[in-house]
Amino acid sequence: MLDPEVEKYHQLMQTRREFLGKTTRGIGTMALASIMNSGEANAAAYVDDKWTGISNPTHFAPKAKRIIYLYMAGGPSHLETFDYKPELERLDGTVMPESMTKGQSIAQLQGQELKCMRPLLKFGKYGQSGQDITSVFPHMQTIADEMCIIKSMYTDQINHDPAHTFMNSGTAISGRPSMGSWLLYGLGNESENLPGFVVLTSKGGRNPQPLATRQWHSGFLPSKFQGVQFQSIGEPVHYVNNPPGVTGDRQRDIVNSVQALNTIRDEVVDDEEIASRISQYEMAFRMQTSVPDLVDIKNEPQHILDMYGTDGADGSFGFNCLLARRLAERGTRFIQLYHRGWDHHNDIVKYMNICAGHVDQGTAALVTDLKQRGMLDDTLIIWGGEFGRTPMVQGNKGGPGRDHHNKGFSLWMAGGGIKGGMSYGNTDDFGYNAVENRVSVHDFHATLLHQMGIDHKKLTHRFQGRDFRLTDISGNVVRDILA
Amino acid sequence: MSYTEVILGRVAGVVLISWCSLGLAAELPETIEFNRDIRPILSDNCFQCHGPDGETRGAGLRLDIREHAIASNNGQAAIVPGNADASNLLDRIFHKDPEEVMPPSDTERSLSDHEKALLQEWIEQGAEYQAHWAYIPPKKISLPTSAVNPIDYLVKKRLNEEGLNHSPEADRVTLIRRLSLDLLGLPPKPDEVAAFVNDTRTDAYEQLVNRLLASKHYGERMTIYWLDLVRYADTVGYHGDQVRGMSPYRDYVINAFNSNISFDQFTREQIAGDLLDNPTQEQKIATGYNRLNMVTREGGAQAKDYLVRYAADRVRTTSSVWLGSSMGCSECHDHKFDPFTMKDFYSFASFFADIKEDGVQTYGGNDGPFPPLIPFPNDDEAKKFDEIDSEIAKLKVIMDTDIPENSENKKALQKEKDDAKNKHRALSRKRIHLERDIVSVAVTETMEPRMMRILPRGNWLDETGEVVTPAIPAFLGTLEKKDDRLTRLDLADWLTHRNNPLTARVFVNRLWKLYFGTGISRVLDDVGSQGEWPQHPELLDYLAADFMDSDWDIKYIIKQIVMSQTYRQSSMPIESIKDTDPYNRLLARQSRFRLEAELVRDNALSVSGLLVTKVGGRSVKPYQPSGHYRELNFPVRTYQQDSGENLYRRGVYTHWQRTFLHPSLIAFDAPTREECTAERTISNSPQQALVLLNDPIYVEASRVFAERIITEGGDDIASRIHWAFQEAFSREPLERELAIVSDLYIHHFKEYRNDAKSAKALIEVGEKPVREGLRPVELAAWTSVARTLFNLHEMIYRY
Repeated sequence: MLDPEVEKYHQLMQTRREFLGKTTRGIGTMALASIMNSGEANAAAYVDDKWTGISNPTHFAPKAKRIIYLYMAGGPSHLETFDYKPELERLDGTVMPESMTKGQSIAQLQGQELKCMRPLLKFGKYGQSGQDITSVFPHMQTIADEMCIIKSMYTDQINHDPAHTFMNSGTAISGRPSMGSWLLYGLGNESENLPGFVVLTSKGGRNPQPLATRQWHSGFLPSKFQGVQFQSIGEPVHYVNNPPGVTGDRQRDIVNSVQALNTIRDEVVDDEEIASRISQYEMAFRMQTSVPDLVDIKNEPQHILDMYGTDGADGSFGFNCLLARRLAERGTRFIQLYHRGWDHHNDIVKYMNICAGHVDQGTAALVTDLKQRGMLDDTLIIWGGEFGRTPMVQGNKGGPGRDHHNKGFSLWMAGGGIKGGMSYGNTDDFGYNAVENRVSVHDFHATLLHQMGIDHKKLTHRFQGRDFRLTDISGNVVRDILA
Repeated sequence: MSYTEVILGRVAGVVLISWCSLGLAAELPETIEFNRDIRPILSDNCFQCHGPDGETRGAGLRLDIREHAIASNNGQAAIVPGNADASNLLDRIFHKDPEEVMPPSDTERSLSDHEKALLQEWIEQGAEYQAHWAYIPPKKISLPTSAVNPIDYLVKKRLNEEGLNHSPEADRVTLIRRLSLDLLGLPPKPDEVAAFVNDTRTDAYEQLVNRLLASKHYGERMTIYWLDLVRYADTVGYHGDQVRGMSPYRDYVINAFNSNISFDQFTREQIAGDLLDNPTQEQKIATGYNRLNMVTREGGAQAKDYLVRYAADRVRTTSSVWLGSSMGCSECHDHKFDPFTMKDFYSFASFFADIKEDGVQTYGGNDGPFPPLIPFPNDDEAKKFDEIDSEIAKLKVIMDTDIPENSENKKALQKEKDDAKNKHRALSRKRIHLERDIVSVAVTETMEPRMMRILPRGNWLDETGEVVTPAIPAFLGTLEKKDDRLTRLDLADWLTHRNNPLTARVFVNRLWKLYFGTGISRVLDDVGSQGEWPQHPELLDYLAADFMDSDWDIKYIIKQIVMSQTYRQSSMPIESIKDTDPYNRLLARQSRFRLEAELVRDNALSVSGLLVTKVGGRSVKPYQPSGHYRELNFPVRTYQQDSGENLYRRGVYTHWQRTFLHPSLIAFDAPTREECTAERTISNSPQQALVLLNDPIYVEASRVFAERIITEGGDDIASRIHWAFQEAFSREPLERELAIVSDLYIHHFKEYRNDAKSAKALIEVGEKPVREGLRPVELAAWTSVARTLFNLHEMIYRY
């Protein structure tokens, strides 16, 4: 039996027309004209109202389609991971030559006596390539032949906050786009229903250094190029869950009504922006189902879960590695996993063991898993932090540790057209200065963009009268490490 | 992504290309004008190597100054006025050899045929230079007596040249919505709309403008724009991103706009309020401006390093806010496009070298306040301070009492002393936390100025550079003060001095953007060489001069703008010029744009009836997804959401956490305010849809609106929908719209009737208690309707 209200409504229904399901308009003439005129974006940047990137087609054939950046925040010690310095064993306890440290920026050791400290973890040779890796990474040892270890990184910044900003955006000044934003701007997103730039963070480690959304912000690029943070605990993406009492069908009813009403309004006010809004609502609605599907790992076989060392949404790095693979499979362009807790000013042995224990298995599993699925070839994996640590000991509390160090440090890459089983560049005998085949952060960025098919000098955006780029005014592709 | 993102985003400033494709200037203009036609080409393509920066200048050639460009070198000159064939520049730009052609092929720059032709013709015509438009003091063009309104006259003149005219005036409903949203950031109430529509007075429109400009909400709307510029936030931004009291500064800005203090005074109070004679409390609060930069407490950060960063930040911000110039480029080298030198940069920084601050703040540990500050404890808090202070005083007496060597109670006395010391430590912590938690504002106190050097390549470790003292950029003149160092007050006075060509232009250009969506010169943060030659240069100059003539009267200039016929036009697209003027730069109609992040929220709260219209007060913390602060540390934080009326304040009051801004603000393009933002980017993203669909504040606002739909909207579905449309959009629904909405209502009524639990869950979202006496099923179904309306494009757009 109907309510009186419902019966009354039936009279209205006589004139009802069907507007639901009306397709959105494609690119309009005005829009096309405006893009052509902008001198910046080209018409190809849009296909069917979807942003497909200003560097599309790419400047040359891409080797990688996506990047997974395992970001070790806090600054892991290169001297206890990949950069073995036998000479430092001998120099243990001696005073650092003043000639090396004079006039250099120094963080917490400022004003203290600077003494060398030997590598505190045991190195071995792994893989057919015989890469130097320490004992805390038993799983990574198994992927040594996939890794290209760059031992000659250096950066401008010596404190966490600006060093992160520099590593992600190529400058320590806030307000510039992060590398993931640049990539989305340049290439667009492959996925129809997930964000193209996703950030995941995991738990654990020494009292962790804070992060900031600046690290995945779009800066002066439109905010839609920002990284979207996924939470492994609770609602996976902010506002992705329906409100209480609203089922998926009811939400669809709302979205349908919104779409229909917007379509009518467009007919009245002739507003091209409405077509775009309609397509964004479709994407949002798709995200509401695809995100839960992404994080639902019940169909992953047990041996895969075991390989990553996770049982499910536990906030662990291993779980995030699994999510990263699932995102990669679904077309997400840039996936960044942060693991904080690498800031080992003291008790470096203890904390290296803890941190390595958090990330080692997941990292190796990700590389292995991608390889098994034939995806490593076009997925570029990066593992590294914002800087390295001093050859000098820091011992303010507990066991010995190391201070922040920006003149030389290591990171590694795998897949995505990078040569595996090699190391590149070197620091000096102290592990202090990168001296051979030095790689700056801008060189590193230029190389990443190159693998994605982008000439780093051509991916620019005008802001405050200047054409900005991720690599600022420098950067050379490190060609020696390209497969 | 939307097209207007690209349009309204910062698009390459090569005006010529766009006009060329307008089909208006495919052939060369009869008279080549340097500023309009040539400077953009030279600046964009040549100045990088042949401009003001001497360090990297190629072949010793400088093209930004005529004498250099025409100077003969071994019988050759880059430019031979009147003789294109003899000009080396022409030879090089037309060169076939990729090794020889200019600009070099590896610079990613190239000249179009049209640009080359312009250069050729310009040289033939004598290669006359003009001073850069923005560096010449603005003057009012003399207008014919028939010109009723200078804005309309100048816009129309240009339109007529293109064979166009103004659009008809928008209807009154559109006008009051546009004005309310533009001036207050809030929609008009239905009775206000009705009153205006039925107002038969000849000056009805002007009356409305006057009423809105007098509203207390006008200041709130203007403040959003100002806070972006001065990068206002409630937290410090670096590393631990701790809270730093600033909200009284925000309220100062609101009050300043509402009371319409002149812009020169507004400038003076913020930059140098502390240096005025007998500064008032308000003027001291205004100097919070100098403390809005990001600061750090990061361990291992070097004070000297950070003091340099803060100094540079102040130059970037102050030059951006007042001069619309990117002086920040000159931190490491002379500016590539404009005549700012490194010496200018560090001299400008010297104005602020007397500001008392620590390079690395350590006071009170990770969660201490950031002195110097002015505290504003309420009565309870003041009482607590008194209690703590008197307790501390007592403890101090015990701590300071010596124990006699031969005392029998030596052990007991020592224990008493130790206890006192422990208590003292605990109370000191407590006091610091209290200092941090009360409303306070970081302000400027002056001290002996720090020595300031030019830092080669901006390197703070390099102490070889020349020592500098406060000075304005040399090419803009010199300020002298006999036997005395220039102060921030001198700087403020110069910024708003009649001879300063930039400040008034920059300010009115940004005001224009607020009311037309685009500036008269589009690049709001750079009016230099790389900026845009204004679409209506005479108009920009007229308004700038008029602004100064009015003694910097902000409301006066806004009223000039919104009273114009140009402003009052319909925003309906004009089919015939859709292709040729896609950005509406000619202003043959009004523009349309999305509301800013804060206003998206304000609008929904206002329509629902939830909005609390109180002005000012401490920053508030609305609903926020849990875990958003998970990555913060030093100290670890959990979000302490407010309750009661603080949940329903305007967006301008939302707590601004720089490193983790509220996600709904981020989604709608609010900047983090780490740096000066003159123009927000505009996105159209799925995140925006998710916010409007699922953020509890919009669900709650929908339910509260639904309560009003039921209780105030009449007795049947149709009348309720009519009522809701009037409240939300100031208009009647179309029959078709009515059908869709009633269909949804009926459907969800049935849905929730069979699922009472869900109905209850939906209507209980948010803290506001559900109004009594309403049927949950009906309320839930109307909540669905309200959610739909709140998600419509029309709800977040200004037409």
